[in-house]
Amino acid sequence: MYAYKEYDQQLLNERVAQYRDQTQRFFKGELSEDEFLILRLQNGLYVQRHAPLLRVAVPYGMLNTEQVRKLAHIARTYDKGYAHISTRQNVQFNWPSMENVPDILGELASVQMHAVQTSGNCIRNTTTDQFAGVTANEITDPRPYCEIIRQWSTLHPEFAYLPRKFKIAVTAATDEDRAAIRFNDVGLRIIKNDAGEIGFEVFVGGGLGRTPLAGSLIKPFLAPKDLLSYLEATLRVYNRYGRRDNKYKARIKILVKALTPEVFGKKVDEEWQHLRDGALDLPNAEIEQMKGYFPEPAYETLENNPPPLADAKKENGAFSIWLRQNTDEHKKAGYQIVTLSLSPTSVAPGDVTDNQLDVIADLADKYSFGEVRNTHNQNIVLADVKQEDLYDLWKQLQTHGFATANIHTINDIICCPGGDFCALANAKSLPIADQIQKRFDDYDFVYDIGEISLNISGCMNACSHHHIGNIGILGVDKKGKEFYQVSLGGDAGFSANVGKIIGPSFNEGDVADVVETIIKHYIDSRIEGETFLMTYQRIGMASFKEKVYVKNN
Amino acid sequence: MSKIIKNREIIEDQWVSIDNPEQDLASTDASANIIVELAYWLENKTSLIERTGKVGVLLLGSDEPELFHQELNNIDLIAINFPKFGDGRGYSIARLLCERYDYQQEIRAVGDVLRDQLRFMERCGFNAYALRSDRNMEEALASFSAISVDYQSDVAEKKPIYNRRP
Ligand code: HEM
Ligand code: SF4
Repeated sequence: MYAYKEYDQQLLNERVAQYRDQTQRFFKGELSEDEFLILRLQNGLYVQRHAPLLRVAVPYGMLNTEQVRKLAHIARTYDKGYAHISTRQNVQFNWPSMENVPDILGELASVQMHAVQTSGNCIRNTTTDQFAGVTANEITDPRPYCEIIRQWSTLHPEFAYLPRKFKIAVTAATDEDRAAIRFNDVGLRIIKNDAGEIGFEVFVGGGLGRTPLAGSLIKPFLAPKDLLSYLEATLRVYNRYGRRDNKYKARIKILVKALTPEVFGKKVDEEWQHLRDGALDLPNAEIEQMKGYFPEPAYETLENNPPPLADAKKENGAFSIWLRQNTDEHKKAGYQIVTLSLSPTSVAPGDVTDNQLDVIADLADKYSFGEVRNTHNQNIVLADVKQEDLYDLWKQLQTHGFATANIHTINDIICCPGGDFCALANAKSLPIADQIQKRFDDYDFVYDIGEISLNISGCMNACSHHHIGNIGILGVDKKGKEFYQVSLGGDAGFSANVGKIIGPSFNEGDVADVVETIIKHYIDSRIEGETFLMTYQRIGMASFKEKVYVKNN
Repeated sequence: MSKIIKNREIIEDQWVSIDNPEQDLASTDASANIIVELAYWLENKTSLIERTGKVGVLLLGSDEPELFHQELNNIDLIAINFPKFGDGRGYSIARLLCERYDYQQEIRAVGDVLRDQLRFMERCGFNAYALRSDRNMEEALASFSAISVDYQSDVAEKKPIYNRRP
C-alpha cells in the first residue's frame, strides 16, 4: 500500500491547520454560513437532519489495520460508536460535532488519512476494483494509476470549484466491472491493445441521480504517459462549459449529452493537443516507481485446496456455502479473497461498530497481511487469506456476525439511510430492506435464486444506485404518502444498463410481495445456468409486468 | 482609493473600474487607468487605445481567451470576475492567458474573492486580488503560505511533484 512520503504528510498537517483556522473564523463570525459551507464541504463535512456528517477518504478503498483501529477510536470517542462504509469505498461518521472536526482530522492525519475533497464540487476520491492486485482476472494492478490520479487531483488549483462533484473510477478487470466505471463522471478501463501495450479506454458522462446515464467512450486507447494531460483537458472543458445555473444540470453527463459524446470528445482532444507532451507527461519511470509502492505481500508457495480446507468442506455444509458465496479465487495458489458481509438482517447496510472495526483489524493482522479493503457494495474484504486458514477465519467471522453467506444474493441489499436519517429522503428505505430480507430468510431458496443485486434509495439522489441494481427500488412521495417504484434490469457492469421502471409504484406493505413475485417468475422462466439478469434480458419486461400487476389488482 | 493585494503585497489600487462606459467614460480623466468589459473594449478599441491612461478589460466566466488572444498586446490589465466564489471558471481562464497566450501583465481576481482561494488563484496565474471590502487584507496575506506542498505543476512551477523528487 502507498506509504506517505514526508511531503504527503506535510501537506496533510498543513491542511488540518488550515481547516482549524477556517473553523475558528466561522465560530468567530468572520466567515458566513455560505462561505464556510463551501470550505467545510471541501473537507468532507456535511450538515444533516440530525448532526454533521464527516466523510473520510479511503483512497481506492485500501486501509491498513492501524487506520482501521484509528477509525474505531474515532467512532468510540467522537461518534456514537459506529462508522459507516459508503458506496464510494469511503467511511462516514454520522454524529461528530462541528467543534471536534479539526481534532478528528488531526487524528486521521496521524495515520495518513483525511477528508480532503470527499464532498463539494471538486474531484472526489478515485475508486477501483476491490479485488485489485489479487484477482487473476486483471490486466495489471490499477492501484498505482489510482494513486497517480489521487496526487494529481489533490488540491488541484484549477479544479477546486467545478460546476458539480466529479468522480473517477478505474478498473483493470477482465471478468467483471466491480468499480462501476460506466457510472462515473470519468471511467477508465485498463486494456491491452493488439500490440500488447497497456492503455486506457476513457468513458465520460456516466452517473446516476436524477438523470441516470451510462458513460460514453470518447477515447478508445489512451497511452499511460498521456493519462494526466488527457484528464486535465477533460476537466478543463468541463470546468469552463459545464452548466452552473442549475445544480441538477451541472454534472458532466449533462454537458456530454447536450454536446453529444462526439463533440465533447473533440473539444477535449483540441484542448489536449495543447497539453500533451508537456509538463503533465507521465514518465515511465514514475509509473514504475509507483508500482513499487504496491508490492505483493510475502506470499508463501502453497497448493490450492490444501487438506484442512478439503476436510472442512466435506464436514461442514454451512462452511461450504459461505466459501462459495463469500469468497473469491485468488491469483496465488493456496490463497483466497474473503468478503465480510456487513449487511446481516436488521442492521443498517454498511454500518460497523467500533468493536467490530477492532475485530476486523485483528483478523486482518492475523490472516491477511494487515490490510483490509472497503467495497462499493458496503462490505469489507480481506484480500490475502491462506486457504488453510479459511475454516478458522470463518468460525471467528460467525462469532462476530460477518459470516452471513449472502454476498451477491438477494439479501446482500445495498440501501441508503433513507427517511430515518437523511434530510433529503422522500421515503424510508431501511424498513424496506428489512422487509425483503425477512421475506427471503430461507437460505436454500436464496442460493437457488443465485447471483442478483437489489438496491434501495430513499430519493432520486440515488445514493444506493437503485438504477443499476438488477432490481432497483426507489422511494417516492405522493401527496405526503410514501410509495415505492420498482425497476428491473439495471446492470453496473461493463455492459452498463439503467434499469427500466416496471409500472406504477407500490405501497410500502406490498414491496416484499412484489419482489417475491418477480423472483418466482424468474425461477419459473429461467434456463439452466441463467442468472436473474440473463433471464430478464432474454424474456424482457412484459411478462414480469403481467405477473406483478395481475397479482396486485 | 481602495487597496488591493498585488504580488503578495498590499498596495493602492491604480485602476478605476468603469461599469457603464457610455455614461461614465466622458467624466473620467483621460489619464486615469481604466477597466472596461471585454465586449465594450472590442467595439471601441481604437478610441480606447488612444487614451493617455492605460486600459484593462474585465472578463466574465463565459469569455473565451481563444477568441481575443490576438489583442492581448493592446490590453494592459485583465480582471477576471468571480460572481460567486464557488464559480471556478476564472481559474481555467487565467491559466490559458498565462500559460497558453503568455500574458505577462496584471491578472486580477475581482468579485467574490476570499482569502481561502488566493493560493489556488496564484498558482493559476493571478498576481493581483481585489478582496471584498469587508475583508482583512493583512490576515489574507497569510493564506498564501497555508499549504506549502503542491502535487501539480502550475504557472510558476513547471514540474509536477514526481519530477521534482530528488
Ligand atoms: C447506507 C448509508 C448511506 C449510503 C449508502 C450513502 C450513499 C451515499 C453516496 C454514495 C453519496 C454520494 C457520495 C459522493 O458524492 O461521493 C451520498 C451522498 C449523500 N448522502 Fe449518503 N450515504 C449513506 C449515509 C448517509 C446518511 C446517514 C445521510 C444523512 C444523515 C446521508 C445523506 C447524504 C447526502 C445529503 C448526500 C449528498 C448528496 C449530494 O451530494 O447531492 N447519507 N450518500
Ligand atoms: S438516496 Fe436520497 S434518501 Fe437516500 S441517502 Fe441519498 S439523499 Fe438520502
